[in-house]
Amino acid sequence: MTSEILHATAQHVLIVAVAVIVAAAAGIPIGVMCVRHPRSGRVVLRVIDVVQTIPSLALFGFLIPLPLIGGIGIRTAIVALILYSLLPIVRNTVTGINGIDPLVREAAIVMGMTDNQRLARVELPLALPSIFGGLRIATVIAIGVATIGAAVGGGGLGTLIFRGVAMVDTARILAGALPAAGLALVADLLFAWLERLTSS
Amino acid sequence: MIRDLTLRIAPGESVALIGRSGAGKTTVLRLLNGLCAPSAGNVSIDGVPLRGDLVARRRRIGTILQAPALFPHRSFFDNVATVPRLLGWAEDRIGDAAGAMLERLEMPFERFAARFPRSLSGGEQQRVGIARAMIAEPPLLLCDEPFSALDPLVRRELQDAFIRLRQGGDVTMLFVTHDLAEALRVGSRIALIEAGQIVCDAPRDAFLASPLPLVRRFIEAARIPS
Repeated sequence: MTSEILHATAQHVLIVAVAVIVAAAAGIPIGVMCVRHPRSGRVVLRVIDVVQTIPSLALFGFLIPLPLIGGIGIRTAIVALILYSLLPIVRNTVTGINGIDPLVREAAIVMGMTDNQRLARVELPLALPSIFGGLRIATVIAIGVATIGAAVGGGGLGTLIFRGVAMVDTARILAGALPAAGLALVADLLFAWLERLTSS
Repeated sequence: MIRDLTLRIAPGESVALIGRSGAGKTTVLRLLNGLCAPSAGNVSIDGVPLRGDLVARRRRIGTILQAPALFPHRSFFDNVATVPRLLGWAEDRIGDAAGAMLERLEMPFERFAARFPRSLSGGEQQRVGIARAMIAEPPLLLCDEPFSALDPLVRRELQDAFIRLRQGGDVTMLFVTHDLAEALRVGSRIALIEAGQIVCDAPRDAFLASPLPLVRRFIEAARIPS
């Protein structure tokens, strides 16, 4: 049982880590784009908002028939988690950059920074606490939603929970649920620390 | 609204632009460094229209803003080094220039270099703002009421430090303020702007002798009752 829990936990961490890393790699640039082009940015944010409103089990279901990204297995679970993680990351990137003191931004402009220099040297560093806040929410949500991913063969701790439910075996349910809760707690504390570290 | 405004500033000259709030002082500065664009027509410096590569031009214009607006995530030294780094100076040259500049601003380099803006007082922050704008020796300096938020004593200290810093250099300066006493201290010529128009533009003494009612009101307002 112990090795089963360890294996499922490792798999869970892997699924969530891949999903959040990919979501961050896509979401932070999307957030920057939303700030630079506010009109199209609003449309993009609305679309991501809508994705977030799809119930997780339904989203997994919708993805199964899709070619390349769908099917039964870990890939579908990761794609769904990426979609779920996007909203907090994009939104917090936008909030972080828009929250910078306009005079500080103006100082960067009048000193002759190009748009990209301003982004790299001023805007992103100052938006970091907010971006870490977004990663924190995304990761905690992903850890929870990933347990449902087991319904589409996504593996992870959800496998133990679903098996426990089918066998009416409370111990097995807890064997999946407790490590998932522990992971969420650890992720929460880790990102809270990073948020504090970058805001001081 | 600013229309057909021509302001002649000879190289090396320092002009103080004074006027009431909303007269268009700050807008003139914002037009000059391209922070806002004219709704019609164009802005020219030395007869050259201000368009195209604004980035390169801004690196040659020192701007001191109303608030120091330092980068809060960067140390005192990194703030001062911003423009030289953008210009590609070597680090040891930046270090030497920053050291010399801060010495003239009476901020010992060793004591301040590693500190962050939040640990500095308002006056110290504005000194860093001045150093940051002037370190790369820009030929043109634009100042937007840089001392207006400081208490009168710190304000006077900074005016003195600022005047000292400019001595010996041949920087051309446009200094916006609503304070006539400050304008007289920093500018060799005073231009008064009202409703987007320059209504009086004269050397210090001629300005003080001007019979123009608005000039008289500014002088009257600056007088300390005995």
